[in-house]
This record gives sequence, C-alpha cells and structure tokens, in this order.
Amino acid sequence: MAKRRVTFTFPPELITEPVIHNLGQQFKVVTNIRRADVTEDRGWVVLELDGDDRDIDEGIAWVTSKGVRVDPVGGDVVEG
Amino acid sequence: MSYATALRCRECGREYPQEPINVCEVCFGPLEVAYDYESIARDLSRDKIAAAPASMWRYKELLPVSGEVIDIGTGFTPLTKADNLGRELGLRQLYLKNDCLNPTYSFKDRVVSVAATKAKEFGFSAIACTSTGNLAGSVAAHAARAGLKAYIFIPADLEQGKILGAAIYNPTLIAVNGNYDEVNRLCNELADKYPWGFVNINIRPYYAEGSKTLGYEVAEQLGWRAPDHAVVPVASGALLVKIWKGLNELSMLGLIGPVSTRMHATQAAGCAPVVEAFRAGTHIIRPVKPNTIAKSLAIGNPADGYYALKTIGESGGAASAATDAEIVAGIKLLAESEGIFAETAGGVVVSGLRHLVAEGAIKRDELVVAFITGCGLKTLEAVADSVVSPPIIQPTLASFEQMYGERAL
Ligand SMILES: Cc1ncc(COP(=O)(O)O)c(C=O)c1O
Ligand SMILES: [Zn+2]
Repeated sequence: MAKRRVTFTFPPELITEPVIHNLGQQFKVVTNIRRADVTEDRGWVVLELDGDDRDIDEGIAWVTSKGVRVDPVGGDVVEG
Repeated sequence: MSYATALRCRECGREYPQEPINVCEVCFGPLEVAYDYESIARDLSRDKIAAAPASMWRYKELLPVSGEVIDIGTGFTPLTKADNLGRELGLRQLYLKNDCLNPTYSFKDRVVSVAATKAKEFGFSAIACTSTGNLAGSVAAHAARAGLKAYIFIPADLEQGKILGAAIYNPTLIAVNGNYDEVNRLCNELADKYPWGFVNINIRPYYAEGSKTLGYEVAEQLGWRAPDHAVVPVASGALLVKIWKGLNELSMLGLIGPVSTRMHATQAAGCAPVVEAFRAGTHIIRPVKPNTIAKSLAIGNPADGYYALKTIGESGGAASAATDAEIVAGIKLLAESEGIFAETAGGVVVSGLRHLVAEGAIKRDELVVAFITGCGLKTLEAVADSVVSPPIIQPTLASFEQMYGERAL
C-alpha cells in the first residue's frame, strides 16, 4: 500500500462534478481530503490518496483525463 | 544559539519540532519557522547590527541556525540610487538592490547559505536540488565549501553555460530527460527516498527564510526605513513573501517604523500564474505551462503563489507581466542607463516596473526599490541577437577616422 499527497486543480466545467467521489468509487483508492478552496470558476483540493501504487496511478490518469490537473503537494520543486 | 522555536503550519497553526520536514501532517499546509521575538527584541539593536560584518549573516538572530554558518560571502549587496533609469521610467526615488553581486551571481546564495548550514546541522552528508540554473550553481558552490556531497538535477536540454556554472564546483550533476512535470514528479520521489537535504523540499522552511535578508538590508541601507514600493520578480513566490516578512519583523522589533510598503509582483507573460490570478481577483492559482526566455522565473505551479497573492493584497500592491521582447528591452535599458547587466529576471522587473508606473500603481515621488536578483552573464543567449557586434577597423588612425570621423571628438 502507498499514500500519495496531491493537489487537484479543477477547471470551471468540472467544479460541480463529483470527481473525487467517482475516483474513490471506480478505483481502489481511498481519498482523504485535507484542505480545499473552491469558488464558482476555479478551485483546488489537497488530499491524500491511499491504495496500491498501480491503482493510484490509474486513478490519477483517469482524473487527469477528465481535465483536472494533478500536482504533488507543495507545488513545483524545479527552480530557477 | 538560535531564536527559532518551532516549525509552524501556515494553515492550521500546529507546531512541529525543528526537523527536516516541510509539510503539516494534518492539513498538508506548508511549515514556516517561528521565533521567540521577545528575546530577539531584547538582544538585537541597530547598533549591534551595524557593527556586525557586511554580510547577510549580520542578521543571524533572525535566521533559524544555531552553530557555525556556511558562508561563501553572501549579502549586503549594494543598494544604488538609479537616477538615470528613474528618469526613463518617470520616478524620482528609484533604488536598485543589486543582488547580481553575490558569490554565484544571484540572490539564491541567501537561501542556499541557510539551507546548507541547516543541512549540516541536521547531519546530512549531501544536499540536493532541481534547477534550471541559479539554484544549481549556488547549491554546488555551498556544498563545495561545506564539504557536503551535492546531487543536482537539471533538464537535459539546459544551455552549456548554465551546466558549466554548476559543474565547475564538481557536484554530482544529473541531466534528466523529461518534461517539466515529469522532472518535478521524479524529484518529489527522490526526496521521499534518499537521505539528502533537498534544499527546496525537506529543508524548504529554513531555506526560504534566507530571502528575508533582502528586506533587512534594504531597510538598513535606506537609513532604517521601509520603501514605499518593492518590485519583485516572482517564480515560486517565496522571495516576495519573505521580503515582506523581513520588513515586518524589523518593524515588530522596533528597528524601523510601521511598514506601508506595497509589494508588487512581476512575472514573464509566458509564465504568469500569479499575475493572472491577481487580475482575476482571486487567490486561487491556475497552474500554467511555462513558455518564456525568463527561465529562472518559469515555475508553472508556484508553491507560494497563494501566499504571494495574499501579501500583494494585504500590502496594497499590484502585479504586472512582461513579454519576452519587453524582457530583453528591460535588460538593455538597465544596462545602458545604470551600468548593471542583469539576467532575464531583471528585465522582467524593469519592464514590469514600467507597466506599474504607467498604470498608476506607483507614483512619481514615491520611494521604490526594484530587486535585481541575478547577473546577465547567466543568460547571454537572451540578448545575444539584440546587441550590435563591433565594426572592424585597421590598426591605423585613418581607418578609425574614416569610420567615426568627427563624431568621436
Ligand atoms: C534570478 C531569480 N530571481 C527571482 C527568482 C524568484 O524567486 P522565488 O522562486 O522565491 O519567487 C528566482 C528563482 O526562482 C531567480 O532565479
Ligand atoms: Zn496544518
């Protein structure tokens, strides 16, 4: 089992869709929300994904294919 | 001895012991160093600072280190009044904080000096980073000085000059063949797995504190006062947030009066997630894919973007972006008017400042400090095509005069 800490950033058209709920339903991944900020036209959710590495990867691929951007918690680590 | 007391979560306020960690276990918010300001206020004075060496470490009481520091000669860089550039931009009191004049030619020496010191305190035998240039050189140099191993990850397509600027210190350099997101992902995995002091991951709370010294120095150099405006280049956003923190700490300690500095962010138009969010009137950043010649500012998903936006808002500042053409024009204007050759981030600041004046965010008589954070020799390719190459003459007076004639008299 693995845990991964990620940020989901949502585009406007997905704000009202239950993406995180569906992620938990369709993949063997437990989602654990820690913080979020969502407004009418944009939003982010910080959460922990708990499951097998492969399931987490598949789940993230699916979320990404929906149009959600997935980043490691803490933002970019490549610097100038 | 250190006046730092704990790491504190910026979101939920939970405290943690000072260890190499950067994220709150509960809410995953970023951790920040907390200090015992009462003791600092008792022990620190203007006189004591003024008597200390001309280095960033003259403010050691306000940095989270206990023992001997890893110092390669960083800080207390010149603050120069820029009347020529000021005239050009319509400003009467413009100052440039020239951080090109650090040991590895950028402000990154400030953050890395703290990070290397801390890594050593924690007992790490290696420090690491992922960088497109400035950070790589600085980490490699500090590792050399500290006797630490350095693991430095760079994009496989990085320019030769930048590779050299790090390679000369003989770190372990690893070129990664992957896109930006893949490199980010790899480095997070590396940081989880290897026992390194990853300067901007597990050492980040300490690392970032180094930028406060820019705020301290500017206030001291202005005769113990904060400027009316600070114009700052933004990548992760940490620099802008920490300059603000530095100024406010001085005020809290009674070393300067109340701070009414407006903090302005400047970014390259090809990577402006903070400017875009500012304009949209939100604190929520939409990550972007960077596409700009200002590689040192090309962070698409800035770690401190949210806090930078909060700081801009709290301080009454603004934000502006410069196109690649404006960046080159800004570099040239700074060089031709003030004799300072900055890298692309400096071009962003100069052109961003021009926009801020034009928009009325900065008024003619106000005291402005523009932060020039890296040296132009690092990004020669950015301006190579836009400076004229010299005409060739014969080694005779006649040849010279044929070319220039009376004009030279
Ligand atoms: C020259 C230069 N200026 C400014 C910055 C911005 O700093 P920050 O990432 O703290 O916003 C960077 C680095 O990332 C840089 O290399
Ligand atoms: Zn927290």
